[in-house]
Amino acid sequence: MHEETTILLIEVGALLFLLGLLGRLGRRIGLSPIPLYLLAGLVFGHGGVLPLTASEEFFAVGAEIGVILLLVMLGLEYSAGELVGNLRSAAPAGLIDGVFNALPGAAFAFLLGWDWVAAIVLAGITWVSSSGVIAKVLADLGRLGNRETPVVLSVLVIEDLAMALYLPLLTAVLAGTGLLGGGIALGVAVGTVMLVLVVAIRYGHLISSAMSAKDPEALLLGVLGLTLLVAGVAAKLQVSAAVGAFLVGIALSGPVAHHATEMLSPLRDLFAAVFFVFFGLVTDPRDIPPVLLPALALAVVTMGTKTLTGYLAARRVGIKEPGRWRAGLALVPRGEFSIVIAGLAVAAGSVEPKLAALATAYVLITVVTGPMLARLPDFAWFKLWLRQRAVTQRAEPLVTTD
Amino acid sequence: MRVRVEQTALPGIGMRHDLLTESGRRLGVVSHRNGRRDLVLYDPDDPDSCQHDIPLTDDEAEALADILGASLMLGQLSGLREQAAGLLTEQIAIPASSKYVNRRLGDTKARTRTSASIVAVLRQGEVIVSPDPAFRFDAGDVVVVVGTRKGLDGVTAILADSDPDG
Repeated sequence: MHEETTILLIEVGALLFLLGLLGRLGRRIGLSPIPLYLLAGLVFGHGGVLPLTASEEFFAVGAEIGVILLLVMLGLEYSAGELVGNLRSAAPAGLIDGVFNALPGAAFAFLLGWDWVAAIVLAGITWVSSSGVIAKVLADLGRLGNRETPVVLSVLVIEDLAMALYLPLLTAVLAGTGLLGGGIALGVAVGTVMLVLVVAIRYGHLISSAMSAKDPEALLLGVLGLTLLVAGVAAKLQVSAAVGAFLVGIALSGPVAHHATEMLSPLRDLFAAVFFVFFGLVTDPRDIPPVLLPALALAVVTMGTKTLTGYLAARRVGIKEPGRWRAGLALVPRGEFSIVIAGLAVAAGSVEPKLAALATAYVLITVVTGPMLARLPDFAWFKLWLRQRAVTQRAEPLVTTD
Repeated sequence: MRVRVEQTALPGIGMRHDLLTESGRRLGVVSHRNGRRDLVLYDPDDPDSCQHDIPLTDDEAEALADILGASLMLGQLSGLREQAAGLLTEQIAIPASSKYVNRRLGDTKARTRTSASIVAVLRQGEVIVSPDPAFRFDAGDVVVVVGTRKGLDGVTAILADSDPDG
């Protein structure tokens, strides 16, 4: 065997094995594995404790596939009907979400003296919550049946749908095609998304029936092949590979989608881990200390705005005070998507180099503290505080009318 | 159905059905897309939040549905008994020595011979409602029979029959 290949095998094997141990550890202490993977990447990357040499190319390609798989699985999670059916009722909440959470990110980038490209990137990073982490937290806390949970989920759906429009725009902006190019890219993206949604709603069963759910191997190869192919073509058309993959996921429905989810999940877990590690690898840990305080400040601000988003969205549909807090605090974690956005920006190389470090620190903070914050409303003292608040609120109007 | 069942889509997860009981408690079922289901009971002090979230396996859900369905069915049967004087309901155990163990319900010709109907079979805590003629009896099955006193006694005699030649 080639000397380089041997070292590659050793490096990749050792790192994956380590990730396995870390994932186990994370689960033991109730932590999302994402921050652990990022930290592992930081340790073994450029400027880390023990830089890897031979395997970087493997991780680079693996990371690309990881993003595509993350997106196609996201698309598989929702049916086109759910996305569209949800749209009208959830749009106001989605709008509040976008305004409250994208703007602080953009403002922060200007505050740090970065250009408007960096502002668009940072806006995206602070905007999207992690649907993966949040769905898991809700399930872990036994809140899937809660009446505010559909509100939380619909905000996530809107965010994911918004990403289908945001990512191609971002790709165009990063490629430096200017306002016109960006506009065209956005137009193409909007058109494609609409077309796919219509096709998926009307003819989704035809596309799905072209792939038999019965033969697992053929299904795996078929779905994976189609996804990579469409993602590649989308990237070639400057629409972003991620969006192409997302649309393939949406177009598939029924038993095919269900089986494909089962078959692709282990692959997604593998390559998503590779993606998070890769992001850590290409981030120089020496860049993090200087941006730690800004990241912390940004995290505090956007945690507040996310909580407010969930609070208001839940209030709109008549959820009571405790449920509003639960919805708000559950939305706090940012995760895989923020890293995807930062990853695109870093790969393009045309943004502020400190952005990767800031995004890493930011995601580390929110993804670790988020699930803890989500637990707050279950504590007795929090419930007591809410009850006292309710009492004083009820008392106040009486005072003013006197 | 007079009870209002609220159905809510949970995008990416599945569907939730919930209802408010007369006693003021809210309960529901979360059906996951992958076939899993949870029984959820809401907190009386905070009706938006579920206090208990109980995952049920397929068998458990089926068993629970049967218990709920069976109590309802037996209730309806006793109502029927009150309405029609002379009509009785009885639960008859099939003795292990019965010649109908492992044979089909149709073979008993119970209805033609006695005018009483076998409306359900209870087997290991499960209820098989309206068994068809092809249904095979097991030792230990309990059949629920509706008919006149004479008819019920006839079915008891048929099922107790141990002579293989009838």
